[in-house]
Amino acid sequence: MTTATAVSTKERESLGEFLLRAPAVGPALALIVAIVLFSLATDTFFDLDNLSTVVQQSLVVGTLALGQTLVILISGIDLSNAASMVVATLIMAKLAAAGANGFVALLAGVVLTIIVGIFIGGLATRIKLPAFIITLGTFTMLTAVSKLIAGGQAVPVTDGLLQWLGTKRYLFGGIPITYGMTLALLMYLGVWYALTKTAWGKHVYAVGNAPESARLSGIKVNRTVLSVYIVAGLTFGIAAWQALGRTPNADPNQFQLGNLDSITAVVLGGTSLFGGRGSVLGTLMGALVVAVLRSGLTQMNVDGNYQDLATGALLIAAVVVDRIARRQQQS
Amino acid sequence: MRQRSLTAVALAAVLAATTGCTVERHWGGNTNTGGSGKAKVGLVTKTDTNPYFVELRNAARATAQANGADFSALAGQFDGDNDGQVRAIENLRQQGANTILITPSSSTGVLKAIKDARDAGVLVIALDTATEPADAVDATFATDNFAAGEGQGAYVKAALNGVPAKLLMVDGTAGSTVDTQRHGGFLKGIGLTDSSPEIKGHTAANGDQSLAQQGMENLLQRSTDINAVYSMNEPMGRGAYAALNARGLTGQIVMGSIDGGCEGVQNVKNGQFAATVMQFPKKMAEQGVLAAVEYAKTGKKPSGFVNTGSAVITDKPMPGVESHDSAWGLQNCWGGKK
Repeated sequence: MTTATAVSTKERESLGEFLLRAPAVGPALALIVAIVLFSLATDTFFDLDNLSTVVQQSLVVGTLALGQTLVILISGIDLSNAASMVVATLIMAKLAAAGANGFVALLAGVVLTIIVGIFIGGLATRIKLPAFIITLGTFTMLTAVSKLIAGGQAVPVTDGLLQWLGTKRYLFGGIPITYGMTLALLMYLGVWYALTKTAWGKHVYAVGNAPESARLSGIKVNRTVLSVYIVAGLTFGIAAWQALGRTPNADPNQFQLGNLDSITAVVLGGTSLFGGRGSVLGTLMGALVVAVLRSGLTQMNVDGNYQDLATGALLIAAVVVDRIARRQQQS
Repeated sequence: MRQRSLTAVALAAVLAATTGCTVERHWGGNTNTGGSGKAKVGLVTKTDTNPYFVELRNAARATAQANGADFSALAGQFDGDNDGQVRAIENLRQQGANTILITPSSSTGVLKAIKDARDAGVLVIALDTATEPADAVDATFATDNFAAGEGQGAYVKAALNGVPAKLLMVDGTAGSTVDTQRHGGFLKGIGLTDSSPEIKGHTAANGDQSLAQQGMENLLQRSTDINAVYSMNEPMGRGAYAALNARGLTGQIVMGSIDGGCEGVQNVKNGQFAATVMQFPKKMAEQGVLAAVEYAKTGKKPSGFVNTGSAVITDKPMPGVESHDSAWGLQNCWGGKK
């Protein structure tokens, strides 16, 4: 009896440890289960074109979530990422409409999101304000700026370069792949490499886990935090490019919940909201899980409110798993 | 530390809530009621950044100036900001308005403030959106959204030319009054009901272009055998169009929308929408201010629902459906000369 309990406790501990070591495993399993279920439930879900569509649907939020992962890893949060991206889409569209070169327009949008990153990172490191407050403020400001720039009207985009990520595609084993998908994959690989194979990545995890210990062990905490917000800003600028590739219209009223969607993807991907633990691979899975749910449930003709209900329940389940894993690690 | 961040969050929330209104004050003074001579008109819109409300505000201000009335405009901070609108009404009363024109954010959330104002002798006219019950205000000058939807439905039906509809519907915020009225009107116009098998699917996209695109992509995965699309407003119509375009389906589909913004009329001109239905916020504002002037002079109050009309805009007119072309639409988008 005692032995059996001891064994089962040990097994559970090792599962918890396993999840901690490889946080992407849980979301990957959820993704596979969802794909299998929807493929069985509908005739239309398992189809190469549809799978490609689902990936394209998760591109913008997935790219926002990539930057958000970095921010959350240092136990920050960015509530303004989608707003910053929307302002960037409007700047790109307005400049292109005014006759600017597509590359110049693209660059201007990306520079803006990087400046926002520097602003947030600067306040977070110099004045030690909580990221929640800073980005709540920047979110409000950027939302206003986007409405002022657009006057509420959508700005159509005809520039080839700005639409390039969505319009150019090639076939890979029969699956239509857009350049946007390719770019997102490369970005994920790049950030994965930087996080796991470089000193910078180790610093990011260390700062997220315990900033004081990181400082004592010689890590330049402020510089790491600032660099994270700058890299995140860069990804939000590229998310703006992705968004224009998806819909060639810069609309100030879209992605109203993009900030929360990106946080959802990060948390579903197994990254801890308390920082220091998680992976971009998990985030990729998290973003895909949401898109798969939406696509599959819509094809099953499930009402949108029930889709939101399912997404919310899944999110809470992910946090519960995170908590249990942490508790088992501590005990 | 945690305690301190909580305090900071609470402070920020209070700050955000108290900065909700934009104010343009033009007068000081006491409460004036009808028949006292000079009209003092206060306008409360849902937000002050949406071009639709900007158009409404500009038209109201111009009409007030032309008729020697004082004018002041306030707004909620976002669509649904009842609290901001209540504060705006209170501020206007404080400033001595004798008429308040309001586009209520929610049909019920601002009723108490409206009642208090009316009890004090202020004329209250709802613009653009009716209150529930409708007689909570003295009068309503607005688009008949059911009729606007009906116009879209009738056009789509005519354009299908006798072919049975295979319809996908892109709705707005589920349960909102405008959404319900346009949706119901469209179905009446096309001759269907919510349970008709001709409806092949629907998605709700909260007015968000990107959500409309995703919803439409997922619906099209079920079936591309469709010939008609309803969109509740123009941004969502653009999102739906992007999804249809990616599948190469735009040629076989009649797509209708509602709003009549200049961008939406341009979408009709470019052939993205077969038709859109234009509203006239400028008329609502002008008639509202004129009623205020009348009230100030004579004490006579307007009453009931005054439909400011809607017009189908299309470059492919259909017999039996009255319409204007996109050239007319571009000159008159939202009732204003551009």
